Amino acid sequence: MTADHHPAELAPIEARVAAIESVLVERGILDTDTLDQIVQHFEDNLGPMNGAKVVALAWSDPSYKERLLADGTAAIAELGFDGPQGELMVVVENTPDVHNLVVCTLCSCYPWPTLGLPPKWYKAPAYRARAVREPRELLAEMGTVIPADVEIRVWDSSAEARYLVLPMRPDGTADMSEERLAAIVTRDSMIGVQRL
Amino acid sequence: MTGAPLDDASLPRDNGELVFEAPWQARALAIAVTLVDKLGLPWDAFRLRLMDEIAKAPQRPYYESWGAALESMVVDLDLTTPAALDAAAPTARAPL
Repeated sequence: MTADHHPAELAPIEARVAAIESVLVERGILDTDTLDQIVQHFEDNLGPMNGAKVVALAWSDPSYKERLLADGTAAIAELGFDGPQGELMVVVENTPDVHNLVVCTLCSCYPWPTLGLPPKWYKAPAYRARAVREPRELLAEMGTVIPADVEIRVWDSSAEARYLVLPMRPDGTADMSEERLAAIVTRDSMIGVQRL
Repeated sequence: MTGAPLDDASLPRDNGELVFEAPWQARALAIAVTLVDKLGLPWDAFRLRLMDEIAKAPQRPYYESWGAALESMVVDLDLTTPAALDAAAPTARAPL
């Protein structure tokens, strides 16, 4: 640290984004408070803890699970998780015979209300390409070995559909409350790169 | 699960991984979301540009593509010009 009080120089992209904000605010199109609130909302309210509640309820309540698989958007909205990138939700169920894996090959479509913002690897070219081309090998490298007799279905998220994997309920959890079940559901299991 | 309940790693939304590497990335995301909403545009108005930018430079860091898509959107919507962005004064807000 030096003694001068000049702010550190901004990276070009950082300066550009600041310039875009500055111009839009100056023109009265956006206001800084709204942007602050949106950022806060992402940080506080969105994340895999929401998706975990959906999964735990589906495991605990067969009629909810039925609604969830029939109309993911509506069933998830029942729990209050809706908003941008949460429209057109499709929930795909893992079974002993089928393992589901979610990717967005073209950009980074991802269900924000239930999973938050995508992790870095989800947006990486390697994941986006290999999830489709060689999902079994990719999953094994990520530490998830899918038995050879289990079919892997890969779902490419888009503006038309955002996918959420309903993992299989692990053995030995029959007595668990919904709250405890939610605590064992991970983000990665709802993307399909992990089995619980 | 390790450590104190309030350490970074235990925040469930992070799942062991930071979502944003720097505050400007959160800002860039919020600008796109708010702008699309405010102008009543479909999310595709932004998303298709993001796809293009990613395809154009697949190895570029993700949020740099996001920033490029944002710039192309605001310029094409005639909300500003590249020259105006070059000349823009920093906002009064604390450093990004």
